[in-house]
Amino acid sequence: MSAVLQNLIDQPYKHGFVTDIESDTAPKGLSEDVIRLISTKKNEPEWLLEFRLQAYRHWLTMAEPRWPNVKYPPIDFQDISYYSAPKPKKKLASLDEVDPELLRTFEKLGVPMHEQKALAGVAVDVIFDSVSVTTTYKQKLAEVGVIFCSMSEAVHDHPELVRKYLGAVVPTGDNFYAALNSAVFTDGSFCYIPKGVKCPMELSTYFRINTQESGQFERTLIVAEEGSHVSYLEGCTAPKFDTNQLHAAVVELVALDDAEIKYSTVQNWYAGDENGVGGIYNFVTKRGLCQGARSKISWTQVETGSAITWKYPSCVLLGDDSVGEFYSVALTNHFQQADTGTKMIHVGKNTRSRIISKGISAGRSQNSYRGLVKIGPRAEGARNFSQCDSMLIGHDSGAHTFPYIQVENNASKVEHEASTSKIGEDQLFYFQSRGIDMEQAVSMIINGFVKDVFTQLPMEFAVEASKLLGLKLEGSVG
Amino acid sequence: MTTTKTPLLEVRDLAARIGGVEILKGISLTVNPGEVHAIMGPNGSGKSTFSKVLAGHPAYEVVSGEALFLGQDLFAMAPEERARAGLFLSFQYPVEIPGVANAQFLRLAYNTVQGARGKEELDPLEFDDFVREKLALLDIDPGFLDRSVNEGFSGGEKKRNEILQMALLEPWLAFLDETDSGLDIDALRIVANGINSLRTPENAMVLVTHYQRLLNLVVPDYVHVMDRGRLVRTGGKDLALELEERGYDWLGAGATA
Repeated sequence: MSAVLQNLIDQPYKHGFVTDIESDTAPKGLSEDVIRLISTKKNEPEWLLEFRLQAYRHWLTMAEPRWPNVKYPPIDFQDISYYSAPKPKKKLASLDEVDPELLRTFEKLGVPMHEQKALAGVAVDVIFDSVSVTTTYKQKLAEVGVIFCSMSEAVHDHPELVRKYLGAVVPTGDNFYAALNSAVFTDGSFCYIPKGVKCPMELSTYFRINTQESGQFERTLIVAEEGSHVSYLEGCTAPKFDTNQLHAAVVELVALDDAEIKYSTVQNWYAGDENGVGGIYNFVTKRGLCQGARSKISWTQVETGSAITWKYPSCVLLGDDSVGEFYSVALTNHFQQADTGTKMIHVGKNTRSRIISKGISAGRSQNSYRGLVKIGPRAEGARNFSQCDSMLIGHDSGAHTFPYIQVENNASKVEHEASTSKIGEDQLFYFQSRGIDMEQAVSMIINGFVKDVFTQLPMEFAVEASKLLGLKLEGSVG
Repeated sequence: MTTTKTPLLEVRDLAARIGGVEILKGISLTVNPGEVHAIMGPNGSGKSTFSKVLAGHPAYEVVSGEALFLGQDLFAMAPEERARAGLFLSFQYPVEIPGVANAQFLRLAYNTVQGARGKEELDPLEFDDFVREKLALLDIDPGFLDRSVNEGFSGGEKKRNEILQMALLEPWLAFLDETDSGLDIDALRIVANGINSLRTPENAMVLVTHYQRLLNLVVPDYVHVMDRGRLVRTGGKDLALELEERGYDWLGAGATA
């Protein structure tokens, strides 16, 4: 990665919280008082407190979803501390103090030494003039009127936009975890692309300058005005070692007439050890609203981390001729569980959607695709194409597909293709008999399998994601 | 056989089994540089098993005996190490590998084997030039490089792809397992010409086949007959003609004695 990125990562925490609350942590448990405390600490306007309270009251009436094909012990929601001011990470003196497993991972991924240090929380001397780098990109975005900041900043600096769109796509009572997030979210990203603007650079969470963890309840909102265009990258290919067990984020996208949003994720959160101990529960609600005619929202995700992944990045195709896309690779190994997929809700006429899902299960993991294609009565001429492929590695993993198709008019077309394959002994032997070892063989087969999805990723992301897959599968064959 | 050369392969009293069933029951075979051997025999006699065991297929278990390849203990080597040392197996039924482009696969195999020999690896452009020469040799359409490995290939295309790999990897010793089956007469001639053009005084080939027709085009120095896991007879190229005429029964009776 470039020096530019590295400098940005090296940035000290600058924005968001004021000094007097820096060391605050709320007592464990959730109540209206705790929510009021969060809102007060964050110096929020009254409407946002109301938004949170409404979500909380709704959440109280809801039950945790039990339909996903995943198993985990009950979560005690009163045992979580819902507000903790972000503290600067404890700086380590040198790489010698870092978990060797983490260093090995960095090495395999080819993460440069400086970046390794930054990611692992080692104090790094700033060699370059990072301020000017930041200024340059901030200026570049400001010139075209793009707003890109933390959610906390947005609440204060652009309240009218946040108020208009927050919860517009994922209502506060949408589902159990979305309601919880709406009640207690602490920070996240906000992005606004004005009319007719093509964002001059890929927006990455790297660029948000906020090197601090956004916490377990992250909130992201992206609004693309008429005819605008933005590509947003979320996540990082290096593992994020995190003590939080439950992550319940909400991401909302809004695309107006002729706007296009491309949202790419590489998720490699801590998956637990090879015996299934520990790891993140990643229970996320991501939804895009193609509000305008001819708008387009495209989700690309590479999910390799977390003990449990439960997410369905979806598109509501409201505008006529709007387009929704979902490209996904979900890889599970050891005892990981993933129940992931998408929802394509066709409302407008001639709306189109495309779903390409590739699931890879190794070890004793369970990997489910769950997808809904719904074509409403007004959505004449709507078309959907879905392809859901599963690949099994070894004898103890599972792959499951749960497609739901609902068509409410007779002038639409829905296609669904599915396949399950297994990396067989004979395939591996074929590679070996040509001098290629098993690890390379598996990596080549897997990369072939996920090709249709990886071509959707920005180049640099695709290279790292490909290395990541090989790394996650290490030792899973043979 | 010439005695001045170091043998490429020396197999002594090899016994091997799959799933507890003994298939090979004591095979000895020496292959020297410059030689072409043919192993013939009825279905189920163990011909394919013999080549797979030598190449290291994980489903087979060596029970007893030994095999030296260029003086090294073959069974102490992983399958990929055997290939890098210069042993090659042309499969009877090459597997399909969806999603992996043939060009990419061929280049990785080539570079891996080259690297093991301390030779220079080729980048994709250099490799493309190099592989196209070899394609011409086997009359293969270059469009073939962009397809997935063996996926949707006809029987003949798969076999040509095997010989193409042999041409690229330049092994010291190649086992060609029923390379002639499933080929029409034109394809057979092309493949045979390819095989002949790859012969040198330093390398050797073992043709595993049912039929005489390949042996008319690639003439063997030795013909062995395998029956129920043993080599029951060895002769010159005329033995193949005799087998064609008389079948295997007259030999098979002696094999169980």
